[in-house]
Amino acid sequence: MAWVIFGFLSLLCVGSVVAMIISRNQAHDALFLVLSFASLGGIFGLLDAPFVAAVQVIIYAGAIMVLFLFAIMTINLKESLPPERKKVVFGISAVLGCVLFAEFLIVARRAFFHGAEAAPAGGANPAGLGHLLFTDYLYPFELTSLLLIAALVGALTLAGKKGSS
Amino acid sequence: MAGIFWLIPLIPALSSLVVVLFGSRISRKAISLQACLAVLASFILSSAALAHLVRMPPESARLTKTLLGWISSGAFSAPVTFFFDPLTAVMCLVVTGVGFLIHIYSVGYMAEDRSYARYFGLLNLFTFFMLVLVMASNIVLMFVGWEGVGLCSYLLIGFWFERPAAAKAGLKAFIVNRIGDAAFILGLLFLVLNVGSPEFAKINGAAAGGALSPGLVTLAAILLFVGAAGKSAQIPLYVWLPDAMEGPTPVSALIHAATMVTAGVYMVARLNGLYSASPAAGTIVAFIGAVTAVFAASMALVQTDIKKVLAYSTISQIGYMFIGCGVGAYAAGIFHLTTHAFFKSLLFLGAGSVIHSLSGEQDIRKMGGLRRFLPRTFPAFLVAALAISGIPFLSGFFSKDAILTSAFAGGQYAVWALGLLGAGLTAFYMFRLVFLTFFGESRLGEEAKRHLHEPPGIMTTPLIILAVFSALAGFIGLPAVVGEKADLFGRFLEPVVRAAMAPFPAAVEWNLILVSTAAAVGGLFIAYLFYIRYPLVPGRLAARVPRIYRVLVGKYYVDEFYDAVVVRPAVRGSELVYAHFDLKVIDGALNGSAAAANLAGLGFSRLQTGLIKDYALAFLLGVVLFLGFILFLKI
Amino acid sequence: MIPGSAFLVLAIVLFVLGVLAFFIKRDLLTQFMAVEVMLNAGNLAFLALAKASGKAEAQVIVFFILTVAAAEAVVGMAIVLHFFKQRKSIRTEDVSGLKG
Repeated sequence: MAWVIFGFLSLLCVGSVVAMIISRNQAHDALFLVLSFASLGGIFGLLDAPFVAAVQVIIYAGAIMVLFLFAIMTINLKESLPPERKKVVFGISAVLGCVLFAEFLIVARRAFFHGAEAAPAGGANPAGLGHLLFTDYLYPFELTSLLLIAALVGALTLAGKKGSS
Repeated sequence: MAGIFWLIPLIPALSSLVVVLFGSRISRKAISLQACLAVLASFILSSAALAHLVRMPPESARLTKTLLGWISSGAFSAPVTFFFDPLTAVMCLVVTGVGFLIHIYSVGYMAEDRSYARYFGLLNLFTFFMLVLVMASNIVLMFVGWEGVGLCSYLLIGFWFERPAAAKAGLKAFIVNRIGDAAFILGLLFLVLNVGSPEFAKINGAAAGGALSPGLVTLAAILLFVGAAGKSAQIPLYVWLPDAMEGPTPVSALIHAATMVTAGVYMVARLNGLYSASPAAGTIVAFIGAVTAVFAASMALVQTDIKKVLAYSTISQIGYMFIGCGVGAYAAGIFHLTTHAFFKSLLFLGAGSVIHSLSGEQDIRKMGGLRRFLPRTFPAFLVAALAISGIPFLSGFFSKDAILTSAFAGGQYAVWALGLLGAGLTAFYMFRLVFLTFFGESRLGEEAKRHLHEPPGIMTTPLIILAVFSALAGFIGLPAVVGEKADLFGRFLEPVVRAAMAPFPAAVEWNLILVSTAAAVGGLFIAYLFYIRYPLVPGRLAARVPRIYRVLVGKYYVDEFYDAVVVRPAVRGSELVYAHFDLKVIDGALNGSAAAANLAGLGFSRLQTGLIKDYALAFLLGVVLFLGFILFLKI
Repeated sequence: MIPGSAFLVLAIVLFVLGVLAFFIKRDLLTQFMAVEVMLNAGNLAFLALAKASGKAEAQVIVFFILTVAAAEAVVGMAIVLHFFKQRKSIRTEDVSGLKG
């Protein structure tokens, strides 16, 4: 049963990413990506990380992609862009992509050959995560909030009118 | 007092530094006062040290003081150690005493010169280096002084460097010296390598004790002597000294008469263990000295510039000093060094006096009859001329005699004969100079006659003092015929030079004295005949043997020979090297590597397309490679 | 139970697709989206390993990656919009000010 769900969700995910690559319309790209992220959220759920799954859907699929859509609508390009023209770049990136794929597979193989499957994680629930965040990972937590403020200020500055500072 | 003897070189050094740094801001009076007092202080310290020395037992009569470790590598060490033994005492007293008088004279002579401070700064600096040279306890430190006096000589010869002749003369002096120094360094290296220490005591000990092979001893001795020949203007490296007369006259007196040029003689005397251990080297030294003595004297016969006559005379007299050292009579050589310092510097200062009074005239053909107008200069000059000619009872007589007697006693008859000939020639050219300058009819120009005046007291007083010494200094070194213990000078130096002469039959010695006196008086008399009684004779004689005359006037064309054989090929060679090596290879390599860097830069800048995709591609490539390394090479 | 390696392979596939998308597309926005895909693939990989190793720390890291991605998206959008205002185009080839 789990395999079926997994298979369905992963196909959906990969499929929408491929569709995104093929599509020439930016809005379509964004929408396909929303689908991809949503299915990814489902997969997260399969991984015994319900809280992360929820966060993924809310933030990624919900907030970030909406932001992308806003940008796309603001830019509002009339014509679409064909894919990469230069054969060289295309060729090299394709080759390198394949090589990268192979290398990653080797890494994955090694990672799982040596280790056995462990017991499902305890403390993967929100309470446990919260506990970790506020004790062992307090510094990164605080720094990340600082990062968010910085990003906010940066975005505001960038978007501000010229000469108004 | 003995504890601070090592200040002797340092006081003039300090004074020199002050004058050089602040000279433009302090008054001339202050400069002269300080410079002269510095040398006087060194003289007083030297005298005090001497007094102390005399009270010590002769065998261990020396003061030593190490100031710095300086060089110390492995087993080799060359510390800055000053010492003071009888030989050093003599040299210090000569350098500081005569130096002091010359400083005083310079106050008058250079009074109107623009670069007053520079002059006294350099003079003090020279004094410092010369004192380092004579007070060094090891050959490396002595070489420092050696080079230093060469440097000061160059700077002082070219003191009026706006004159091209002076600048060239300075350069010539330095370069010729350098050639000698190259040989000196080789000799130094041979010695130090084989003896293991640069200390004079060790070198002399090793040579005397037979620890060094005879070939090495001779080689080192000859190499060092070549260096001495450069510094002391002997054949074949004497050519710089006549040109050095471009410098101010007091400089000629100090450096090129009394002190620097005698450094070579000092060196040979200091290394007497080495030279005594190699009869071959000693013979070469004596021979070159003798030949130079006659050779230079022959050129002095026909010179018409008052200073050039004295320059050739100096070359000739130093030849005598080397004869003394070469035959093993080091004390005699040093004795002549001392008396020569007195009368030669007196001659130069007197010449300076004459030149000053004639507002710059140096050609003796335009002088004459000056004795009436220079009542203080003339007697002093005359005394010096008599002394250098070897007229009995003056200092030169005793010192020259000691040398010639030693030569004869050592069986070196050829050397003795040449020395005798030189003595005759010396008397002749010296009195030719005196007669043409001070006697006879006045051949002065109108301008000169109007400005003719005796120089001020500050210039003539040192002359008088030097005259007294030139006259009386001989009595400290009386010959053996007078008495066994009469040679105070020789006995004083004996612990250092260790050369006792074999007992010599008194009758032969009296004969030798007689013969050399005859030569001196004879030379004087012939000069009198030629230039007072029958003034037309010299001209006619020259006309009779025109070719010989021309060769003498042309200084045997040695300068031209060197120019053709050494100077021009060297210049041409360096031009070739410049064109083919410096420009093409070195500049080429430099420009080439710059061009290569430029090209590489251009090439690499092509990678910077500015496009994000390209950069990302490079990124990806890097990641792939990196992963590859980690996975497959296990780095 | 689905083995962790399956999820890892999925993550790898997604990542490589993201890379390819980056190089195939020619406008800034879409390339940005490809970057987001890559980030998500990373998230997935972390979670897969979290499940395999039984530690919950990996989920914490996922949080942070999420946050950073959000911040980055915000600033990135601002830059792209700025760029668009100036050049009236969001083609990547037009961003070549650093040439040389």
